[in-house]
Amino acid sequence: MSAVIIAILVLLGLATVFGILLGFASVRFKVEGNPIVDQIDALLPQTQCGQCGYPGCRPYAEAIAGGDAINKCPPGGQSTIEALADLLDVEAVPLDDEHGEEKPRSVAYIREDECIGCTKCIQACPVDAILGAAKQMHTVIASECTGCDLCVEPCPVDCIDMIPIETTLNTWKWPAPTPGVQLIATDAGRGRMQHGDAA
Amino acid sequence: MGHVFAFHGGIHPPENKRQSTRKPIRQAPLPQHLVLPLAQHLGAPAEPLVKPGDRVLKGQLIASAAGRVSAALHAPTSGVISSIGPYPVPHASGMEGTCIMLEADGEERWIEHQGLADFRRMPKSELIDFIRNSGIAGMGGAGFPTDVKLHLGEDHIVNTLIINAAECEPYITADDMLMRERAEDIVAGIEVIAHLLEPSHILIGTEDNKPQAVRALEKALKGCKLNIDIRVVPTKYPSGGEKQLIKLLTDVEVPSGRIPADVGIVCQNVGTAYAIARAVRHGEPLISRIVTLTGDALGQPQNFETLIGTPYQLLLEASRVSDRKLYRLVVGGPMMGFAVDNDQIPVIKTTNCLIASTYDEMPPAPPAQECIRCGLCEQVCPAELLPQQLYWFAKGRELDKAKHHNLFDCIECGACSYVCSSYIPLVQYYRNAKAEIRTEEAEQRKAEHARQRFEARQARLEAEKAEKEARRKARAEEAARNQAKKKDQSEAVAAAPSGGVGDLKALKTAAAVARTKLKKAQKAVDSARESGSGDLAALESELQQAQQKADAAQQALDAAERGDAQAAGQPDLKQLKTAAAVARTKLKQAEKALKNAEDKGQDGVEALRATVQQLTAKAEAAQQAYETAEKGESAGGADTAKVAELKADMDAARGKVEKAQKALDDAIASGSPAAEKMKAGVEKLQGKYEDARKAWEAAAGTAQPGASPAKLAELKADMHAAGAKVEKAQKALDDAIASGSPAAEKMKAGVAKLQGKYNEAHKAWLDAGGEAQAPTQTEKPDLKALKQQVSIMRTKLKKAEKALEEGEGSEAEVQELRQRHDAAKAELDGAEQARIAEAAAAGVDLKQLQIDAALARAAVTKAERALGKAGDDDREALRQALQEANLKAEELNQTLSRFE
Repeated sequence: MSAVIIAILVLLGLATVFGILLGFASVRFKVEGNPIVDQIDALLPQTQCGQCGYPGCRPYAEAIAGGDAINKCPPGGQSTIEALADLLDVEAVPLDDEHGEEKPRSVAYIREDECIGCTKCIQACPVDAILGAAKQMHTVIASECTGCDLCVEPCPVDCIDMIPIETTLNTWKWPAPTPGVQLIATDAGRGRMQHGDAA
Repeated sequence: MGHVFAFHGGIHPPENKRQSTRKPIRQAPLPQHLVLPLAQHLGAPAEPLVKPGDRVLKGQLIASAAGRVSAALHAPTSGVISSIGPYPVPHASGMEGTCIMLEADGEERWIEHQGLADFRRMPKSELIDFIRNSGIAGMGGAGFPTDVKLHLGEDHIVNTLIINAAECEPYITADDMLMRERAEDIVAGIEVIAHLLEPSHILIGTEDNKPQAVRALEKALKGCKLNIDIRVVPTKYPSGGEKQLIKLLTDVEVPSGRIPADVGIVCQNVGTAYAIARAVRHGEPLISRIVTLTGDALGQPQNFETLIGTPYQLLLEASRVSDRKLYRLVVGGPMMGFAVDNDQIPVIKTTNCLIASTYDEMPPAPPAQECIRCGLCEQVCPAELLPQQLYWFAKGRELDKAKHHNLFDCIECGACSYVCSSYIPLVQYYRNAKAEIRTEEAEQRKAEHARQRFEARQARLEAEKAEKEARRKARAEEAARNQAKKKDQSEAVAAAPSGGVGDLKALKTAAAVARTKLKKAQKAVDSARESGSGDLAALESELQQAQQKADAAQQALDAAERGDAQAAGQPDLKQLKTAAAVARTKLKQAEKALKNAEDKGQDGVEALRATVQQLTAKAEAAQQAYETAEKGESAGGADTAKVAELKADMDAARGKVEKAQKALDDAIASGSPAAEKMKAGVEKLQGKYEDARKAWEAAAGTAQPGASPAKLAELKADMHAAGAKVEKAQKALDDAIASGSPAAEKMKAGVAKLQGKYNEAHKAWLDAGGEAQAPTQTEKPDLKALKQQVSIMRTKLKKAEKALEEGEGSEAEVQELRQRHDAAKAELDGAEQARIAEAAAAGVDLKQLQIDAALARAAVTKAERALGKAGDDDREALRQALQEANLKAEELNQTLSRFE
């Protein structure tokens, strides 16, 4: 009989100790906010363009953490969707056309002699990349521009262009080799013949 | 010869070096056009110091190093800079880069240059700067600015200096030939590097396929005091790789992600040592290099000493290239070089070899097959990586995993591709994966930066909003406090109405309340009387009380007002006048009530009469107070406002007189017994009016000489008022005539009188203002005022014309009005013209116009865009909007063009 009581007491004691330990840990090591939001936010392109329907990248990250679709970010494109799918362990889906299409990275350019200095684009820019003052010509700080397009619509004289970023010698990338078999054996022979003719 | 170690992997491709070593190094022909890319090295492109048209001498600095990791650029020969712009450069992408074009004049005139007499006496930093200014960048192939490596002695302990003379890639013999022919200069360059880095041990690493070069070096090293060893390693590709050579010579492995200097070793290429020697000994910057011209398509494979910027075509022709045989032109070696299809691309500082190959020599790569996991690639990888694994990761876009498998340690030597039994272009996969990872990291950095900026902006906006809110709140609180204070004050005043100079407003309110009460009581009394109910006496006593209270309040108010006015040192005329007017109104009301009562023969007429008398007295008192105040002011100086005041006063008096007269007439007509009294009242009023008029005339007489614009305006207002009165009277008269009223005759007389008065006022205005008006207006043409005036004139003119048509009013008057209207109109037009001319001359409004035009144009484009987007339903409306916008834009454009 006493063995039963001892067993019960030991179990009770253990339960108490671990309960206290767990309770302490949950208070002491409490994580502020949802850590997944930070991870999602880090994957988003931070253009703050709002094409997803949320006012910025972080709100969209919060929405994704809350269960929203991961394919609403045109600037991030397919690579961002894949990264998000990887992180959240969900299926990677194609980009939702409703929110725009993936465009090459571009940078805003103000045609300065047409600018009337209305400051509307300055107010629209989410990253303060436009420099200027009322009745003064404005200009875009190209290195800070995220290419979000938000300044184009408010311009009353349509003097803002989105110029795709050109590849320079420094930004050129080796292309990926075309995988698989490009030529069947007989065609390879023909190629050789043609080259022989040329030579 | 010391002991030689080994590195993992490596391959033994056919060497193909013999072809180009049969002949000694030849001077390449002088090109006519030289193309000098600004980026011939790793790091930032150089900044041009010349402009098109400049004449430069051989060895002159034409572009300076921009930043820490950069190299200067010198003119390889004398000539004229023809242009600076994009031109094809040796790059795997085949893209264009910014180049300086030099037109050679064929004279080869050197700029003044001098070697260093004794570089050992120089401070090391100066010596390094000298080398930096000579534009020397690693000649082995990567083009890393040499001076950066020479600084390594400052923060690293350099035990071993390795001179890389392995030249392991097939075909290339530039270093071999350099060592064979110019070993002495190479040793001199090694001495300079050794002086800067102070290594304890110097190793020259070369392969065993260059016995002649080794012999030449050994000969040159005789008599050299430095601790130099020549180590000959077995021929194996890629023993010339920096890390591989270090492993071969010292058995030290450079850790992943570190540089050799971290393990106390610095590597320099023999070609670099030679270039340093040329710079230090002779003061010659890096303007030429040895280039191997080889390949089966050449009739004369050989090495050239070539000026930087020489197009390939010239070298190929000098080597008797056969265009028929040439299949592929490769820059660099067959393992790591790249094919180009433009023979106008120039030789740059890192160009060591050009291979003009035939089809059989370098056939196109066979189609890639699937990987069969043979593992050959792993066996040959000199960096001890797992090429097969990296291939899967690169192909499957698993870049993170590729990175974790040390993709960035890959030296892209091509050994794995060379042995691949499936002909998979492995190196291209790795290069692509590396580029992708770099781009991704750059984008990540940019995104992080953008996020920070976005958050900073959000925080700023938030702070601004909060500040605004706080300010708004503070204002609201302030207002509430003020309100409470006021309320407290007014309550205090109401509690103690005689408290010195009390709050006038409160007193007024109190007086008004008392008056209202009085009126109510009066009404109650009247109704009681009418209904004949009892308790009249009680009501009347109440009325008396109310009357007293009202009087008391009024007196308190008057007293306070007077006190206030006196305290201010200036009698408040307006207030007094209002008081007088109020008194008069009351008097009139009372009179009317009295008349009513008398007409109906009611009781209480006596009481009413008493009230009327009381009121009359009060009105007179108010009038007097006002007049005395006014006099006081006029004594201070008869100013125009005062005159106006008097005039208004006089007019009021006259109006009163007229009214009283009318009432009297009515009374007489109805046979009222009060007619006698009323007549007396009318006479009194008449007298008062006379007084007022006199006062006015007196005041006006003194004010006239200094007729100011204010006075003028006053007069004009008077005139207008008179005109209005005339019109009103006329209308009343018409009505009366139409209804056959007996008062018509009298009214007619009144109208005539008013008309006279109007004429008088008009004349006065003309006298005072006729000439005063013009100068004031030309001084500052106020378009708005002018426009208003014109419209007023037009209205008046129309009225007058209408009156004329109906048979009333005088034709002269209409004429006059018309003239005045025309004059005003002309004035307005003149002012407008002047303004437009001014704008055109000064261009003041040009900007505004331009902006308007631009806005209109934008509206057009926006409308067009909307039209393009819109469905069929809205299309019509949008089209209309577009047309409107178009019209507007056109109009504005026209206006703009008129000014421009």
